[in-house]
Amino acid sequence: MNGSSMWEAVSGIIRRDLLLAMRRRSDAAMSVFFLVIVVSLFPLGVGPDPVVLRTIGPGVLWVAALLACLLSLSRVFTADYVDGALEQMVLVPQPLAVLVVGKVLAHWLISGLPVVLLSPLLGLQFGLSGESLGVLVMSLLLGTPTLSMIGAIGAALVLGVRGSGLLVALLVLPLYVPVLIFGAGAVTSSMAGIGGEANLSLLGACLVLSLFLAPWATAAALRIALE
Amino acid sequence: MSMDINWLKYSSPQAFYPLAGRLIPWFACVVVVLMGVGLYMGFFVAPTDFQQGEAYRIIFVHVPAAWMSMFLYVVMAVWAGIGMGLNARLSFMMAQAIAPTGAMFTFLALLTGAMWGKPTWGAWWVWDARLTSELILLFQYAGVMLLRTSIDDLRRADRASAVFALVGVVNVPIIYFSVQWWNTLHQGASVSMATGSKMASTMLTAMLLMTLAFWLYSIAVILARVRCIMVERESLPVWNEKSAVIQEAVEAR
Amino acid sequence: MLQAVSLRCSRGERRLFTDLNVKVERGSLLAVVGENGSGKTSLLRIFSSLLSPEQGSVLWEGQDILQLKELYAGQLTYIGHLNGIKDDLTPLENLMSAMSLAGESCSNNGAKEALEAIGLKRPIHQLPSKVLSQGQKRRVALARLWLSTRPLWLLDEPFTSLDTAATAVVTQRLHTHLQRAGLAVVVTHQEVALPTEIVQRLRLTG
Repeated sequence: MNGSSMWEAVSGIIRRDLLLAMRRRSDAAMSVFFLVIVVSLFPLGVGPDPVVLRTIGPGVLWVAALLACLLSLSRVFTADYVDGALEQMVLVPQPLAVLVVGKVLAHWLISGLPVVLLSPLLGLQFGLSGESLGVLVMSLLLGTPTLSMIGAIGAALVLGVRGSGLLVALLVLPLYVPVLIFGAGAVTSSMAGIGGEANLSLLGACLVLSLFLAPWATAAALRIALE
Repeated sequence: MSMDINWLKYSSPQAFYPLAGRLIPWFACVVVVLMGVGLYMGFFVAPTDFQQGEAYRIIFVHVPAAWMSMFLYVVMAVWAGIGMGLNARLSFMMAQAIAPTGAMFTFLALLTGAMWGKPTWGAWWVWDARLTSELILLFQYAGVMLLRTSIDDLRRADRASAVFALVGVVNVPIIYFSVQWWNTLHQGASVSMATGSKMASTMLTAMLLMTLAFWLYSIAVILARVRCIMVERESLPVWNEKSAVIQEAVEAR
Repeated sequence: MLQAVSLRCSRGERRLFTDLNVKVERGSLLAVVGENGSGKTSLLRIFSSLLSPEQGSVLWEGQDILQLKELYAGQLTYIGHLNGIKDDLTPLENLMSAMSLAGESCSNNGAKEALEAIGLKRPIHQLPSKVLSQGQKRRVALARLWLSTRPLWLLDEPFTSLDTAATAVVTQRLHTHLQRAGLAVVVTHQEVALPTEIVQRLRLTG
């Protein structure tokens, strides 16, 4: 058990999940379609007044990204749990927390990164421009992996439990609040001319914290689910 | 040395059950006395607040309830942690017993917060750091309890809700900080549920008395609840209580 | 050498077994038999460290497996009820991915040979696994046994869905493994066609 075999195991997991996602392209597409639909609902509900839309834009975009991430959580571990690949992963002679980071990273590449890449287009719909769009993308780039890391804890806790879709939302949304505040706050600050750096650094701190702490909780939850 | 033996003996549900039963009436009596005195002081003796009038008196329930809700969450997380570390059934049962009382205090804090907010600022709800943190705390309590009821297997339910309780403990200070940050960002109404400058000494005394009363009430109620939980979990008929007969037969030629 | 010391396990409110002691030496196989629900799978999962017992411990070469953690995981191959096969990957991809994840190297050709050894011909290697039958999927899962160099094999009902030819092939492979100083714990409801001096039977009555 040395560094290179740990890296091999993690990259093996990422490669396999990416390969699976390419064979079933609907997974990535679903997150994107959901994001577009939800974001389009708000102007329909609130009215097309550009001033209002600019005000609610950062919040709406961030909440939609957050909900898209939440919905994708049902796909992080469930398939592996059902076909037995999860118990094989737990029995790999590497620290489970490290393997979890690989798994969640692959999940983010499939479900989260498309959201980040699409966000500027959606931002334009709400009248964001220039620097704020850049801050929006940056905030989502830092925030969505954090949401995936934290969300994986909830996903692992409810594996195989009935009603898990709603239950995972209840468990995970309280944990998402800080990320939402800093993320939307970054864009709002940038639009107000204050600059989004402070919020972005806080987002970065959240990402680092989640990278170090969340995998342990997720690993513990996975072991509990497999017993 | 004898102290160690004493405590260990009570870590088994069978021994803890009667101990808890004997303690409850004592706590209950003290609670009634303290609450009576505290409420009397809060509602009648403490001076009328210069700015807020009589309505402020609700803080004698609101602030102790908020403190208890946070304190109980931490205690629950500690029991959860001990349960995970030592694999002790009683620790998990204590965590299970604490959650409903903690949730009740959280709800009480939110309710009384709204009752305070309406006459003071004209709004039933304000998005300040403390109330919002209380709201998130309520969701976390709900998550711990729902996770437990949704999972059929007792052992998995214990451990899953323990993991979530521990994760939530980390979250509460983060929430508090982030909502405060958010308030400054949006230059929100600088309303604060803090009572402002120094309080009259009678106010402080009343508040401390109420806090102590709530604390002892919690202990009494939690002990009673953990006894119920023990009856429920430990007394169910276990199939094949006698050790399963295992025959090892080496097939010999 | 694998040893169970005073194992106790319950499932829900049912006590499955108490004070279970058993030793498995290198070169021998422990066949765990018993009725449905008697705790056979639970015992195997305790051996694999996926499940922790209420009481008691499992020792590998004299050390508690809970202390060994990943070191112990590197000594075993576990094939449970579930195949661990991804439906959207081909048998070849599944096998190679499983081996590399487990930290055991295997070449493309080696994997193909293993699949052939267990009776899956070359054309099948490149089909998506979802079109395979239950028996074929089981064979893909068991193909690991031809490539694994781990000493301890833990198999849960390995012969399920296999026809007599495949059963014989797997049994033969087990025999070879035991002759090379490997050991195995197999949950099965059929007789394992191996010389009785290397087979120990444990019957759980639950």
